[in-house]
Amino acid sequence: MTAMDGQDGLEAQFTQWRHYVQRRPELQPSDAEELEDHLRGSVDQLVAAGLRADEAFLVAVKRLGGLDDLSREFAREHSDRLWKQLVLTGGTTDPATDTRSRRDLVAMVSCAAGAAVSIKVPELFGMSLEQDAGFYAANFALFALPWLAAFLAWRRRARPALIGVLLALFALGAVAANAYPLADDSQSLVLTSIHLPIALWFVVGLAYVAGDLRSSRRRMDFIRFTGECFVYFVLIALGGGVLMAFMFGTFEAIGIEPEGFISQWLVPSGVVAAVVVAGWLVEAKQSVVENIAPVLTRLFTPLFTAVLLAFLVALGWTSAGIDVEREALILFDLLLVVVLGLLLYSISARDPLAPPGLFDKLQLALVLSALVIDVLVLGEITQRITEYGTTPNKAAALGENVILLANLAWSAWLMLGFARRRTPFAALERWQTGYLPVYAGWAWIVVLVLPPLFDYL
Amino acid sequence: MKVTKDLVAASATPMVLGILADGESYGYAILRRINELSGGELDWTEGLLYPLLHRLERLGHVESSWQSVPGERRRKYYRITTSGLAELAEQRRQWDTVVNALKEIWVGPDGGRRSAAFPLAGPA
Repeated sequence: MTAMDGQDGLEAQFTQWRHYVQRRPELQPSDAEELEDHLRGSVDQLVAAGLRADEAFLVAVKRLGGLDDLSREFAREHSDRLWKQLVLTGGTTDPATDTRSRRDLVAMVSCAAGAAVSIKVPELFGMSLEQDAGFYAANFALFALPWLAAFLAWRRRARPALIGVLLALFALGAVAANAYPLADDSQSLVLTSIHLPIALWFVVGLAYVAGDLRSSRRRMDFIRFTGECFVYFVLIALGGGVLMAFMFGTFEAIGIEPEGFISQWLVPSGVVAAVVVAGWLVEAKQSVVENIAPVLTRLFTPLFTAVLLAFLVALGWTSAGIDVEREALILFDLLLVVVLGLLLYSISARDPLAPPGLFDKLQLALVLSALVIDVLVLGEITQRITEYGTTPNKAAALGENVILLANLAWSAWLMLGFARRRTPFAALERWQTGYLPVYAGWAWIVVLVLPPLFDYL
Repeated sequence: MKVTKDLVAASATPMVLGILADGESYGYAILRRINELSGGELDWTEGLLYPLLHRLERLGHVESSWQSVPGERRRKYYRITTSGLAELAEQRRQWDTVVNALKEIWVGPDGGRRSAAFPLAGPA
């Protein structure tokens, strides 16, 4: 072995050691560098004492003490580091990360400001939040989601082709929301207001996966993104509520009525901007904190299972059957969506290689009871449709129930196979991620096809 | 003979501050110096030294800066501050008290040996 080889080998070992150290959350890059300098000093001394380079490295690493012990000592001194910090608050020692997060911040602020301004633009054309509630309800997502998509596309350096597709889809959404002659009290307007945001959210998903549509992993990432984004949005909304309460109270105390400003400016602009901020927060924090959506899932899966089972027992006991009113119909659909959400988020957070456990069985029970409820509701809807004829509402609900039924049924089958160790967990994951386009497709159908189909009822 | 862990921990701060009072230094050199001064008897680990240096920095007793001396690696140097000097003086008073008391016990005021314990070797 030549001296050159020894030097190269030593550098490779240092690199390896550095990677190993950098994985410790207690040790920051500057600590790693300091310790590496120490290690190098120690190696130099040992080499001077006559050891070969690789021997010296081994002895020096051994002397440095177990990395576990070292990390524990560092953790004791820097306990704050275990409360992982948001990149935004600064203090990183890596200039590359710093510049990147600052550029992200600028892009986010621009997009959020864009969203906040865009929702006020229609007022220039004589619209107002009170008088044109229908217009704002149908278009709300169009003021927020394109900006979020723009931020994500910027972050992913989306190709021009993808940007073209995104623009086309948002334009299509704008057409769907505004081209049809829908009365302010029509069922279709309500349906559009609910389904257009869903349809557009999948367009955001397109920007999120940056055109890498076929990747199941990327789709699963988008599911995670959705859940976290929702959690952050709710948190921001809570903070916004507190802000408004103080604003209202303090300004009123000095004789100024802030009500107009709050309802005309702060709430609409704040909500659309918050969507962008929430998306940015997820992006900025994804490697920094543990995800919260799966934690909530763990907490609520047993509770929802208990409620659903109790409901089914009560239903059998009273043998009354479900009497579907319009509100109850929506309630049951929402319930199924929540069950599906619980399923999705536990899948997204699960280690695919872990063996089936009690929690998986609990989830199977949840899915099965949801399935029973879905079948009951579906029966009721079909009965009503044959009896009274169909409306946009019933058609939309029917479609959703069928879609959820198919998903839940196949999920239950896969979960059963998984619980009996016949099917790998990945099959369930692939099924769920592969099903996403179905939701997107249905949302678009409700928005684009149902209104003309039902004569803009 | 190895000095016990408690004693090492208790004496660590005045030792580091004392070494830095002689001039700025970096981690590895501080560890070497302690090893040298104790004839290899003080068993300091990196897990003791670096967190201690960081704590002293947080308390404002030392300051650190990354320096590159030509022909050498980039290194984090530590320098004692005024507050560090005050802390060192305070620790020294306390240690003097302890050492004097022990000397009284072991050696006696007249310099004669009073107990079966080992007498103190060298200057305290």
